[in-house]
Amino acid sequence: MAQLATAKEDGAVVKTVSSSGRKPFRLSTLMSIVGTAPMIATAVGVFVICIIYSFVLSFTNSRIFPAFGAENFVGTDQYSRLWSTGRWLISVNNIWFFGLLSIVANMTAGYLLAVFMDQRIKAEDWFRSIFLYPFAMSLVITGLVWRWILDPNYGIQATVRGWGFTEFAFAPLVNSGTAIYGLVVAGIWNGVGVTMAIMLAGLRGVDAEIWKAAKIDGIPTWKTYLYIVLPMMRGAILTAFILQCVGVVRVYDLIVAMTQGGPGISTQMPAVFVIQHITDRSNVGLGMAAATMMLLPVILLLGVQAFAQWRANRVKESA
Amino acid sequence: MTTETLAATAATTSRVEAGPRGAKPKTLTIGRVGVYIFLILAALFFLMPLWVMVVTSLKAMPEIQLRNIFQFPQQITFEPWLKAWDTACTGRDCNGLKPGFLNSVKITLVGTAVSIVIAALNGYALSFWKYKGANVLFGLLVFGAFVPYQVVIYPLIIAFRELGIFGTFPGIIMIHTIFGMPILTLLFRNFFAALPPELFKAARVDGAGFWQIFFQIMVPMAVPITIVAVILQVTGIWNDFLFGTVFAGRENMPMTVQLNNIVNTTTGVREYNVHMAATILTAAVPLAVYFISGKWFVRGIAAGAVKG
Repeated sequence: MAQLATAKEDGAVVKTVSSSGRKPFRLSTLMSIVGTAPMIATAVGVFVICIIYSFVLSFTNSRIFPAFGAENFVGTDQYSRLWSTGRWLISVNNIWFFGLLSIVANMTAGYLLAVFMDQRIKAEDWFRSIFLYPFAMSLVITGLVWRWILDPNYGIQATVRGWGFTEFAFAPLVNSGTAIYGLVVAGIWNGVGVTMAIMLAGLRGVDAEIWKAAKIDGIPTWKTYLYIVLPMMRGAILTAFILQCVGVVRVYDLIVAMTQGGPGISTQMPAVFVIQHITDRSNVGLGMAAATMMLLPVILLLGVQAFAQWRANRVKESA
Repeated sequence: MTTETLAATAATTSRVEAGPRGAKPKTLTIGRVGVYIFLILAALFFLMPLWVMVVTSLKAMPEIQLRNIFQFPQQITFEPWLKAWDTACTGRDCNGLKPGFLNSVKITLVGTAVSIVIAALNGYALSFWKYKGANVLFGLLVFGAFVPYQVVIYPLIIAFRELGIFGTFPGIIMIHTIFGMPILTLLFRNFFAALPPELFKAARVDGAGFWQIFFQIMVPMAVPITIVAVILQVTGIWNDFLFGTVFAGRENMPMTVQLNNIVNTTTGVREYNVHMAATILTAAVPLAVYFISGKWFVRGIAAGAVKG
């Protein structure tokens, strides 16, 4: 709010100055810097300094508060401890499993829905609204609803048993071996509509001539979708994929609402691990080592992407 | 990379509205029936949780214990809704969701306004008033869109504590402004950069300065992109859980956090009907935004899904 107020005052000052002043250009550059002060503070303060701060803390034995004394620096101890902590190893396993399964399932289901939506159906807007509405709700709500649906005593399992199928078993959340599948189902319910929307846009971006050509060649529709159209939608697929990846790395709300990391520690995830270690478990050093490990894949991916783009640009220039 | 992806998304989302172009349907064949069966089954899967939420919230506890989660209530009761709103307990407080609702309204209104004004200014400056290093700052911001929150949360807790705004209302507003900034700035930058440059040049020739051009020319033109940004921020801030838990403090606890506390409180009998009523109440605002805004919402999430 304070920033807003100053911004408005500056505006008033400039008005008077620039209407009578002689050197508007330099002043305007200064105004541009003043106007973007919050951005400068965020870009440098949060996305540089805070990251470095976290990184440095990961080499200390800080507990609740940051400790920067010479005796607090323990080298890479936190990292070796991290990689021998069962809770963390399970978290890493889980995020890979959860991530791969959710992304593959989400993209497949999203593309399938998009293809079916593309069949000149009636009431397309209705179907789109239905597939997309879960995304408007938070992952906390998603988690709480699905926990209730999957409740072993009152949920689907109990209901179907009540219909006479007494052997029916479907309560993934209470079993440490299957709880993660429950999370995947809830995550897909929440997010598949977005993938569908992006894929549908991609489908409609494909040149109509392609369809005509495929028809003349007598290629069945499903083959055209799978082998011709799908490879042409690289942009849409990449967008959906990146969105999924970012979502997976950050998955936190869903876990807290649905399983709280349990049963036991079977659905622990890195994001939950970090928050637990900077709050309840007060072990900031270890938590920051874990946070740094979370950042690593992001930096690697962005680095690869930047390198690829740089090389593509060079090829373009030399050509 | 994000810029491109997002631009592509923006372009493609407008194409969604262009209407279907796939293979032309003939008459009602078996294939067509199959298409509809598949879509209707999928729609049932997506609607099922909403149905379960609503019917559970309208049943009394004895009826829930009959264990038929899908069944419409034999006797409709609004008791759970009243209780969820007014008297449900989170730990030792028993005021229901209403304090959380008010907090969420305050946080969402102020947070949306502040973050959008700042992001619009950023986008405007990055399009027309680039100073040395502006591109580097923008690159850092885009990078920030991909940084897991957990990496920067602890340093921010320390910084906010030093500034005396940890667990306060200005604190949580600042947090939403910071984490909304990458995507919103990108949105506004792409919008302003696509405007005809003559517009800006003409204003410059007339002697208008940084703020004059912004308020008198750019703000009125930016209405459509602002609507997208508002949808994005209102749903994003309302649905936030992590920042609310960490930064809002007891007095400003948002509705999502309170909901989670009500449902996950371990004391007493679990009142599933109250839990579901509370869940619907918390979902009501973003759902209303979704159904009122319609196609704008699709554009908003396509642009903002990067935010996670």
